[in-house]
Order: sequence, then structure tokens, then C-alpha cells
Amino acid sequence: MKLARSSKFAVLAATGALALVGCASGDSGSTEAAGSIGGADCATGTIKASGSSAQKNAMTEWINAYQTACEGATIEYSPSGSSAGRSDFINNQVAFSGSDKAMAGDELTQAAARCDATPPINIPMVGGAIALTYNVEGVDNLVLTPDVTAKIFNNQITNWNDPALAAVNPGVSLPDAPIAQFHRSDGSGTTENFTQWMSATAPDAWPYQPGSDWTARGGQGSKGSDGVAASVKSTPNSIGYVELSFVETQGLNAASVDNGGGPVAPNAQTATAGLASAKVTPNADAGAGDLTMEIDYTLQDPAAYPVLLLTYEIVCESGNDADTLPLTQSFLTYTSSTDAQAMLSEIGYVPLPSELETQVAEAVNSLS
Amino acid sequence: MSPDLKPLDAPSGVQGSKVRLGDRIFSNLTRGAGIFVLLIMASIGAFLVWKAVPAFQNNTGDFFTTQQWFPDADPPIFGIAALAFGTAISSVIAMLIAVPIAIGTALFIAFFSSRKASTSLGFVIDVLAAVPSIIYGLWGLQVLMNHMDGITKWLNDYLGFIPLFNNEIGIYTKSIFIASVVLAIMILPTISALSREVFLQVPRDHREASLALGATRWEMIRMAVLPFSRPGIISATMLGLGRALGETIAVALILSAAFEINWHITEPGGNTFAANIALKWNEAGPIGLSALIASGLILFIITLVVNMIARAIIAKHKEFSGANS
Repeated sequence: MKLARSSKFAVLAATGALALVGCASGDSGSTEAAGSIGGADCATGTIKASGSSAQKNAMTEWINAYQTACEGATIEYSPSGSSAGRSDFINNQVAFSGSDKAMAGDELTQAAARCDATPPINIPMVGGAIALTYNVEGVDNLVLTPDVTAKIFNNQITNWNDPALAAVNPGVSLPDAPIAQFHRSDGSGTTENFTQWMSATAPDAWPYQPGSDWTARGGQGSKGSDGVAASVKSTPNSIGYVELSFVETQGLNAASVDNGGGPVAPNAQTATAGLASAKVTPNADAGAGDLTMEIDYTLQDPAAYPVLLLTYEIVCESGNDADTLPLTQSFLTYTSSTDAQAMLSEIGYVPLPSELETQVAEAVNSLS
Repeated sequence: MSPDLKPLDAPSGVQGSKVRLGDRIFSNLTRGAGIFVLLIMASIGAFLVWKAVPAFQNNTGDFFTTQQWFPDADPPIFGIAALAFGTAISSVIAMLIAVPIAIGTALFIAFFSSRKASTSLGFVIDVLAAVPSIIYGLWGLQVLMNHMDGITKWLNDYLGFIPLFNNEIGIYTKSIFIASVVLAIMILPTISALSREVFLQVPRDHREASLALGATRWEMIRMAVLPFSRPGIISATMLGLGRALGETIAVALILSAAFEINWHITEPGGNTFAANIALKWNEAGPIGLSALIASGLILFIITLVVNMIARAIIAKHKEFSGANS
């Protein structure tokens, strides 16, 4: 018995030690180093970050570029999901977290504990557009209005030859075939922004509360944007919504969206123009420099795409760990630079409008 | 410590001999291992209950009958009805497909094939068990699903009067039926490999006696092999069922994830406990996480009950099987 007990202690001690190592590895010391990238002076050390999987590709590119330019810097971003990222941030496991929506409410109060009793701030960093991708043979210029889209995704329009579809697509011959509609089966910020757009622009056809989980009955769910893209690609007469990058990488068609000001095709330019209309609406419960944004989904500009997605970095405005602050600040200064933002359009994201870029850089600069 | 755990004494026949140190250490080590497993189980159970409490407190729907899953809405409303239904029906269909094939394969390997063929066939089946489940999921999604239309349409056309096979919407992808077929392939090697081992345990005397009495090979299997092996087959089946109940990523990839009970198993839809946890975990809020853990608790209990039933069946059949002789 004695031996068994002591061996149990050994196991406990071993797991404890591992857990300690796990905690400690996030905050090894960092000092200023030579070199700079995108207007940011290099910092060294190791920081951990986690959150939004929609930011994954942007983060991978940025981290690669930063680590190449700045020797001695290690940044780990784990795309575990926005909600998990926010909870990691509250529990002080990461230096900053990526999130598909701005942190608000109770979470801000909980997070203040790790930020020297001041609530953290939301900094918009990675923009995106949600494309309505479809697979209908012989059709490559589909136009959709909010009302028609909402009815398709709410199973009120179920055939491609529906008169409502024909009315917004004059001269396009749509087949007499049932619409195979695909949505996300997992919880996602993409679903949240897509449903917000429908709910803002077509409240009669889309009566549900917007959220990260799909609410309507019917249609088919696929896991992840890659899953939806693959389903649409392999299913004739199908439609789904994915981030713009998947349209480009998978060679899919994306519908133009007509919010009332004429059809707009989704691409980096039209989406950046759309993001330019988003307004900074600081959350009074967050830190003083908060940059929570409000996207105008009802935008009727013939040059601006309205189905947008804006993801944030959540970071302590003050009370940052002295070990992680230099690298966090330096890295985020880089990611908000014009260089780094310009890289985004090559991988299917949407660069921030230049005015917002400046505001973001100022916010990052004021971190302490 | 549980009172019925008796210390392992030295054989009583050995008179006056002291228990040797090595024996003591060994028996304590094994006992420690046993207790450790129980402790792990108990702490998993306790963790699930503890973490699930907020979900039960905040849920405005009935946890067992609600066919919705909006734990992070205001007010939270969610229930496991659709999850329980989907988990049960996909596992049952998978068993119906897999068990006969698995046992047939095991019988063939054990009694019919040549020695050379049986070795390689056994090897192939073992390899089937080593394929990661995400591979099965991707294969099911991208290959199998495209080739299932024929059989599901046939089922609808000729057996559509049975509600199970009726497809009212004309779309046959991402259904419980496809997920069940993939599950069946995944659990087949487990059941087959274990059954094969059990068949090989049947005493040679029994088999030869029945053959000597003029039995054909089929009669020998029916009268000598199957009765002897029944407890083993049941445990193999239950292990397979356990895997089917808990399979996560393959099912999450294939199913369309709907929170309604739909008996039309060839239509898109369906959801299971494990798949739902995998799909919803990333973006779940505080109540959402708690609700997912609550559903995990139910799966934990279901798996325990299934295993206990299996144990009971095995215990009941043990005396007649000759396994103890």
C-alpha cells in the first residue's frame, strides 16, 4: 500500500511540475533587440496568444514575417476559437487573444483582474468579407438581395427557378432544381456576422436572433468554412456562405450582393470600402482607448460590399506583464502597419481602411 | 477504501511460510492500479457533475425533451433529446450492419480460410482498426457520400413506406444513415478481431467431438463454437458499441447537425453527443460550455449503463458456456 501511495504522489508531482512549466513558458524575459519590421522596433522573448480561428491564416503569415525579421522573438498563436481565446485571456494564460467579436459585459469585468484592475480594450485587426458561394452550372454572375438570401437560408425559397430569384437576376437562366443550402454546423463568428447582416437588412425574412450557432431549420450543416466550401464545390445546385479567402483558394463562384444600391461583387477593394463605413463605438465598460466597431450592414454604396466580418485583438490597456509588453506591443504595431495589412488581401482577408489603421496604431502605442 | 477489496494472501496451502516481499509489493502495485482507475472514473464523474451544474440552473427548457441548443442565448434554452436520439439510432444501425459482417469475417478467418489467407486477412482487419477516425470521416464525407445516393434512393423508392427509409425532401447527403455506415466500418475491426480470438479459444475437443458425431462445419459452429463464444461475442459487440457511441470527429464531419428528432434517417440532419461537443466547443460561452459538459455527463452515464448491461449478460451466460471448465 505504502508503495502504491508514494507512486501516486510521484504522478501528482509530475503532473504538477508539467503544469507549472506550461504556465511559465509564456513569460520568459524579453528585451529590445536590433532590427525593425513595418515601422515596429523588434522585441525579443516569447508570447502566447489564442482565439479566433478566422484569424489563423493572417496570424500565421504575420508571425512568420515577424519572426524572420526579428531574431529571438517567438509568438505562438493557437486558433482554439474566439470564446476559448477570451477565456484564456481572462485566466491570464495568453498575452492577447483574437476574437471574432469585441469583448463586452461580464467578461470585461472578469478580465480586469489580470490587467491591473483596468478593463482590457478591443483593437480591430483583421477584416474579412463573407461571400455567398454557389455552384450552379452555367451561372457565374448571380445576384442576391438580403431578402432573397434570407429566404433561401430560411427555406422559404427552395428552388433555383423561384420568381424572386429570377426577379433579381434578369437574363440569367436558372435551372429548375432544388437549392441545396449549406451552413456551418459548428459555432462560428462567420455565422454570427452573416446572420447579423440578414437580421439587419431583412428582418421579416430572417426573424431569428443573430448568433454564432445556426438557428434556422432545414438545409445542411458542414464543419468549418473549408467544410462548407467543399460541400458547395461537390454538390450541384448548392449555395453556402464562407469567408472570401475560401472562394479564391477553392476556385468557387461568389454572388454579388445588392443591398439596395446595386450589385457589389466581393473582393478586397469593395470590402475595404465597406469597412470604411464601420464606426468606432467605444464600449464604456472597456478600457479608455477601446475600439469596438459597429459595422453598417445596411450600407447601400455601389462600390462597397456589405457582408463583412471584423475581428479583434483583446489586450490589456495597462497592467501588461513587463515580460510580455515589449513583444506584444511591437508585434501588434507591426500587424497594424500598412505593410502587414497589405499582406492580408493576398490571402483573402480585407485590409483595414487607412483611417482606422492609424487609430489602431495609436491604441497599440498607448499600451502599458 | 471499498470494504470488499480483500488483501491478496499467499496460497493457504503453504504452511507457516511468510508472505514474500516481492509478492507483497506486486499485489499492492496491482491493487494500487485498480484503485487508481476507480479514482480516475470517480473524479471524471465528479468533474462533469460540478461543471454541469450552471447549465442545469440556467436552462429554461427541459433538459431531456427540448429539441434546441441555444445555451448562450438569453434566456438559455437547450436539451439533449435530439442528441440522445441521434446517438442511439446511429449506433444501433451501425451495430446492425457491423455485427453480422464482423462475426462472419471472424468465423471465416478462424475456421474456413487457409492458414496463409487467415494470417493476412487478420492483419488487414487489425490495420483497419488503426486508421485514425478523422480519415474515416474525410473518406465518408468526400468519397462514400457521393456513392450512397443509389442505395438511399432505392430504399426510398421500394421501402419508403417504412418511415425510417422515407425521404421527403429529395436530398440524400449528410444523413444519419451515411454516418452509421461509416461507424459500422469503424467498429467492424474491433468486433471482428475480438470475436476471432474468442473463436480460437473454443476447445479443440468440442469441435472435433461434434465433427466426429457427423456434424457439418456449419453445425459444428452452431452447436460447439457459438454457444461457447457467446459471452466473448457480447463483450466484443459492447466494445464496438462503446466506440460507436463515443465516436466524435468522423460523425461531426459527416452529419448536418440538426437539433430535431427526425426518423427519416436518409435525410440530412441528426446529431450525436460527442459530435455536438466537438462542433460547439470552440465558440461556446460560459453556459454553452457547461451545457456541453452536461451532455457529456449523459453520454458518460449511458456508456456506463451499456457496459453494466453487457457485464450482466456475460455473467448470466458464463456458467453455461464451458468457459470455466
